[in-house]
Amino acid sequence: MTLREVKEILEAEVLACEDLLDREPRSACGSDLLSDVLAFTKENSLLLTGLTNPQVIRTAEMSDLIGVVFVRGKRPEPATVELAVMKRIPLLATRLPMYEACGRLYMRGLRGCSEVE
Amino acid sequence: MTDEKPLIEIERTITGGDFQSAGDVSSELKRILQQIGFPAAFSRRVVIAAYEAEMNVVIHAFRGVFRAWIFPQRIHIEVDDEGPGIPDLELAFQEGYSTAPPHIREMGFGAGYGLSNMKKCSDRLEIDTRVGEGTKVIMDFFLNPDS
Repeated sequence: MTLREVKEILEAEVLACEDLLDREPRSACGSDLLSDVLAFTKENSLLLTGLTNPQVIRTAEMSDLIGVVFVRGKRPEPATVELAVMKRIPLLATRLPMYEACGRLYMRGLRGCSEVE
Repeated sequence: MTDEKPLIEIERTITGGDFQSAGDVSSELKRILQQIGFPAAFSRRVVIAAYEAEMNVVIHAFRGVFRAWIFPQRIHIEVDDEGPGIPDLELAFQEGYSTAPPHIREMGFGAGYGLSNMKKCSDRLEIDTRVGEGTKVIMDFFLNPDS
Protein backbone atom coordinates (compact mmCIF):
# COMPACT_ATOMS: atom_id res chain seq x y z
CA MET A 1 0.00 0.00 0.00
CA THR A 2 1.39 3.40 -0.96
CA LEU A 3 0.97 6.61 1.00
CA ARG A 4 -1.25 7.77 -1.86
CA GLU A 5 -3.62 4.89 -1.07
CA VAL A 6 -3.38 5.71 2.64
CA LYS A 7 -4.45 9.24 1.77
CA GLU A 8 -7.51 7.95 -0.08
CA ILE A 9 -8.49 5.36 2.53
CA LEU A 10 -8.28 7.93 5.34
CA GLU A 11 -9.75 10.77 3.23
CA ALA A 12 -6.68 12.66 4.33
CA GLU A 13 -5.09 15.91 3.36
CA VAL A 14 -1.37 16.11 2.56
CA LEU A 15 0.49 18.67 4.67
CA ALA A 16 4.08 17.97 3.59
CA CYS A 17 6.09 16.15 0.93
CA GLU A 18 3.32 15.39 -1.57
CA ASP A 19 6.05 14.24 -3.98
CA LEU A 20 6.84 11.25 -1.72
CA LEU A 21 3.42 9.58 -1.74
CA ASP A 22 4.71 6.64 -3.75
CA ARG A 23 6.48 5.41 -0.64
CA GLU A 24 5.16 2.12 0.71
CA PRO A 25 5.07 1.62 4.47
CA ARG A 26 5.64 -2.03 5.36
CA SER A 27 3.78 -1.70 8.66
CA ALA A 28 2.07 0.91 10.80
CA CYS A 29 1.79 1.98 14.41
CA GLY A 30 -0.84 4.08 16.18
CA SER A 31 0.44 5.85 19.27
CA ASP A 32 0.33 9.05 21.28
CA LEU A 33 3.45 8.02 23.16
CA LEU A 34 6.71 8.84 21.41
CA SER A 35 8.57 6.71 23.94
CA ASP A 36 6.59 3.72 22.68
CA VAL A 37 7.26 4.61 19.08
CA LEU A 38 11.00 4.75 19.76
CA ALA A 39 10.95 1.47 21.63
CA PHE A 40 8.63 -0.67 19.51
CA THR A 41 8.26 0.46 15.89
CA LYS A 42 10.04 -1.08 12.95
CA GLU A 43 11.82 0.94 10.29
CA ASN A 44 9.84 1.99 7.21
CA SER A 45 6.62 2.10 9.22
CA LEU A 46 3.84 4.66 9.09
CA LEU A 47 2.96 6.45 12.34
CA LEU A 48 -0.59 7.49 13.19
CA THR A 49 -0.71 9.92 16.09
CA GLY A 50 -2.67 12.67 17.79
CA LEU A 51 0.53 14.44 18.85
CA THR A 52 1.49 17.47 16.77
CA ASN A 53 4.72 18.84 18.24
CA PRO A 54 8.04 18.81 16.33
CA GLN A 55 9.37 15.90 18.40
CA VAL A 56 6.99 13.68 16.42
CA ILE A 57 9.12 14.41 13.36
CA ARG A 58 12.35 13.91 15.31
CA THR A 59 11.05 10.55 16.50
CA ALA A 60 10.08 9.63 12.93
CA GLU A 61 13.52 10.68 11.72
CA MET A 62 15.42 8.66 14.34
CA SER A 63 13.21 5.58 13.86
CA ASP A 64 13.40 5.68 10.04
CA LEU A 65 9.64 6.01 9.70
CA ILE A 66 8.18 6.55 6.27
CA GLY A 67 5.46 9.08 7.07
CA VAL A 68 3.13 10.46 9.73
CA VAL A 69 -0.67 10.71 9.82
CA PHE A 70 -2.27 13.13 12.28
CA VAL A 71 -5.62 11.72 13.43
CA ARG A 72 -8.89 13.16 14.81
CA GLY A 73 -8.55 16.43 12.93
CA LYS A 74 -5.37 17.53 14.72
CA ARG A 75 -3.30 20.14 12.93
CA PRO A 76 0.46 20.24 13.50
CA GLU A 77 2.33 23.33 14.63
CA PRO A 78 4.07 25.22 11.78
CA ALA A 79 7.46 24.17 13.23
CA THR A 80 6.41 20.53 12.86
CA VAL A 81 5.57 20.94 9.18
CA GLU A 82 8.81 22.87 8.53
CA LEU A 83 10.89 20.12 10.11
CA ALA A 84 9.04 17.43 8.13
CA VAL A 85 9.73 19.24 4.87
CA MET A 86 13.40 19.56 5.82
CA LYS A 87 13.66 15.88 6.81
CA ARG A 88 11.59 14.68 3.82
CA ILE A 89 8.90 13.00 5.92
CA PRO A 90 5.41 13.10 4.35
CA LEU A 91 2.63 14.36 6.61
CA LEU A 92 -1.06 13.53 6.25
CA ALA A 93 -4.03 14.74 8.29
CA THR A 94 -7.34 12.93 8.70
CA ARG A 95 -10.47 13.83 10.63
CA LEU A 96 -10.91 10.15 11.59
CA PRO A 97 -10.22 9.18 15.20
CA MET A 98 -7.26 6.92 15.95
CA TYR A 99 -9.16 3.64 16.18
CA GLU A 100 -11.03 4.13 12.96
CA ALA A 101 -8.01 5.37 11.04
CA CYS A 102 -5.94 2.37 12.17
CA GLY A 103 -8.85 0.02 11.55
CA ARG A 104 -9.39 1.16 7.99
CA LEU A 105 -5.72 0.69 7.12
CA TYR A 106 -5.51 -2.67 8.88
CA MET A 107 -8.61 -3.93 7.05
CA ARG A 108 -6.91 -3.04 3.79
CA GLY A 109 -3.87 -5.12 4.69
CA LEU A 110 -1.40 -2.75 6.36
CA ARG A 111 0.02 -4.82 9.22
CA GLY A 112 1.18 -3.83 12.68
CA CYS A 113 4.85 -3.46 13.65
CA SER A 114 4.86 -6.68 15.68
CA GLU A 115 3.65 -8.66 12.67
CA VAL A 116 6.52 -7.88 10.31
CA GLU A 117 10.07 -9.15 10.41
CA MET B 1 39.56 1.35 24.72
CA THR B 2 42.29 0.61 22.26
CA ASP B 3 44.64 3.20 20.80
CA GLU B 4 42.87 3.19 17.41
CA LYS B 5 41.95 6.58 16.05
CA PRO B 6 38.29 7.53 15.54
CA LEU B 7 37.14 8.54 12.07
CA ILE B 8 35.21 11.41 13.61
CA GLU B 9 34.77 12.85 17.08
CA ILE B 10 31.90 15.15 17.91
CA GLU B 11 31.17 17.22 20.97
CA ARG B 12 27.96 19.22 21.34
CA THR B 13 26.21 20.94 24.19
CA ILE B 14 22.57 20.21 25.06
CA THR B 15 20.44 22.75 26.90
CA GLY B 16 17.88 21.54 29.43
CA GLY B 17 14.33 22.61 28.62
CA ASP B 18 15.16 23.62 25.04
CA PHE B 19 12.57 21.60 23.14
CA GLN B 20 13.09 23.65 20.00
CA SER B 21 16.60 22.25 19.50
CA ALA B 22 15.96 18.88 21.13
CA GLY B 23 17.02 16.19 18.71
CA ASP B 24 19.47 18.35 16.75
CA VAL B 25 22.50 16.48 18.06
CA SER B 26 21.09 13.03 17.30
CA SER B 27 19.99 14.25 13.89
CA GLU B 28 23.54 15.41 13.13
CA LEU B 29 24.89 12.07 14.35
CA LYS B 30 22.47 10.26 12.05
CA ARG B 31 23.64 12.32 9.07
CA ILE B 32 27.27 11.54 9.85
CA LEU B 33 26.62 7.80 10.22
CA GLN B 34 24.75 7.79 6.90
CA GLN B 35 27.58 9.64 5.18
CA ILE B 36 30.14 7.16 6.50
CA GLY B 37 27.92 4.39 5.17
CA PHE B 38 27.10 2.35 8.26
CA PRO B 39 24.28 -0.17 7.67
CA ALA B 40 20.84 1.37 8.26
CA ALA B 41 19.86 -1.07 11.02
CA PHE B 42 23.07 -0.33 12.94
CA SER B 43 22.71 3.45 12.54
CA ARG B 44 19.08 3.21 13.63
CA ARG B 45 19.84 1.64 16.99
CA VAL B 46 22.73 4.07 17.64
CA VAL B 47 20.60 7.08 16.77
CA ILE B 48 17.55 5.96 18.77
CA ALA B 49 19.72 5.44 21.87
CA ALA B 50 21.43 8.80 21.29
CA TYR B 51 18.08 10.54 20.94
CA GLU B 52 16.76 8.94 24.15
CA ALA B 53 19.89 10.16 25.96
CA GLU B 54 19.63 13.62 24.41
CA MET B 55 15.93 13.90 25.36
CA ASN B 56 16.72 12.82 28.92
CA VAL B 57 19.05 15.81 29.25
CA VAL B 58 16.48 18.18 27.73
CA ILE B 59 13.71 16.82 29.96
CA HIS B 60 15.51 16.35 33.26
CA ALA B 61 18.80 18.29 33.38
CA PHE B 62 20.03 21.88 33.24
CA ARG B 63 22.62 21.24 30.58
CA GLY B 64 24.71 18.46 29.17
CA VAL B 65 27.57 17.59 26.88
CA PHE B 66 27.17 14.94 24.18
CA ARG B 67 30.32 13.31 22.89
CA ALA B 68 30.63 10.63 20.25
CA TRP B 69 33.67 8.80 18.94
CA ILE B 70 32.99 7.09 15.66
CA PHE B 71 35.35 4.24 14.78
CA PRO B 72 35.11 2.04 11.69
CA GLN B 73 33.74 -0.91 13.68
CA ARG B 74 32.21 0.71 16.75
CA ILE B 75 30.77 3.87 18.24
CA HIS B 76 31.33 5.20 21.74
CA ILE B 77 28.93 7.81 23.16
CA GLU B 78 29.11 9.71 26.43
CA VAL B 79 26.37 12.07 27.59
CA ASP B 80 27.28 13.96 30.72
CA ASP B 81 24.74 16.25 32.38
CA GLU B 82 24.41 18.65 35.26
CA GLY B 83 21.05 17.84 36.77
CA PRO B 84 19.14 16.14 39.53
CA GLY B 85 20.74 12.72 39.14
CA ILE B 86 18.81 9.48 39.50
CA PRO B 87 18.06 8.49 43.13
CA ASP B 88 17.07 4.89 42.38
CA LEU B 89 18.68 3.54 39.24
CA GLU B 90 17.04 0.14 39.46
CA LEU B 91 13.62 1.77 39.59
CA ALA B 92 14.52 4.10 36.71
CA PHE B 93 15.28 1.05 34.54
CA GLN B 94 11.83 -0.40 35.17
CA GLU B 95 9.68 -0.05 32.09
CA GLY B 96 6.83 2.33 32.77
CA TYR B 97 8.55 4.14 35.64
CA SER B 98 9.06 7.84 34.98
CA THR B 99 9.53 11.06 36.90
CA ALA B 100 8.71 13.26 33.90
CA PRO B 101 6.27 16.10 34.68
CA PRO B 102 2.83 16.40 32.99
CA HIS B 103 3.93 18.88 30.29
CA ILE B 104 6.56 16.37 29.12
CA ARG B 105 3.99 13.58 29.02
CA GLU B 106 1.71 15.78 26.93
CA MET B 107 4.50 15.93 24.37
CA GLY B 108 4.50 12.14 24.20
CA PHE B 109 7.56 11.48 26.34
CA GLY B 110 7.96 10.26 29.89
CA ALA B 111 6.39 6.85 29.42
CA GLY B 112 9.30 5.27 31.24
CA TYR B 113 11.03 3.45 28.41
CA GLY B 114 14.06 5.70 27.95
CA LEU B 115 16.69 3.81 29.92
CA SER B 116 15.46 0.35 29.01
CA ASN B 117 15.35 1.36 25.35
CA MET B 118 18.93 2.66 25.53
CA LYS B 119 19.92 -0.67 27.03
CA LYS B 120 18.11 -2.56 24.28
CA CYS B 121 19.67 -0.50 21.48
CA SER B 122 23.25 -0.46 22.78
CA ASP B 123 25.77 -3.26 23.25
CA ARG B 124 27.02 -1.80 26.50
CA LEU B 125 25.42 0.78 28.77
CA GLU B 126 26.89 2.29 31.88
CA ILE B 127 25.25 4.94 34.02
CA ASP B 128 27.08 6.94 36.60
CA THR B 129 24.75 9.18 38.60
CA ARG B 130 25.01 11.39 41.64
CA VAL B 131 21.89 12.86 43.21
CA GLY B 132 21.96 16.66 43.06
CA GLU B 133 24.94 16.69 40.70
CA GLY B 134 24.17 14.90 37.46
CA THR B 135 24.25 11.79 35.37
CA LYS B 136 26.70 10.35 32.88
CA VAL B 137 25.50 7.85 30.31
CA ILE B 138 28.13 5.80 28.49
CA MET B 139 27.15 3.62 25.56
CA ASP B 140 29.04 1.40 23.15
CA PHE B 141 27.78 0.05 19.87
CA PHE B 142 29.62 -2.64 17.92
CA LEU B 143 29.07 -3.16 14.22
CA ASN B 144 29.58 -6.89 14.77
CA PRO B 145 28.56 -7.45 18.40
CA ASP B 146 29.54 -11.13 18.37
CA SER B 147 33.10 -10.69 17.13
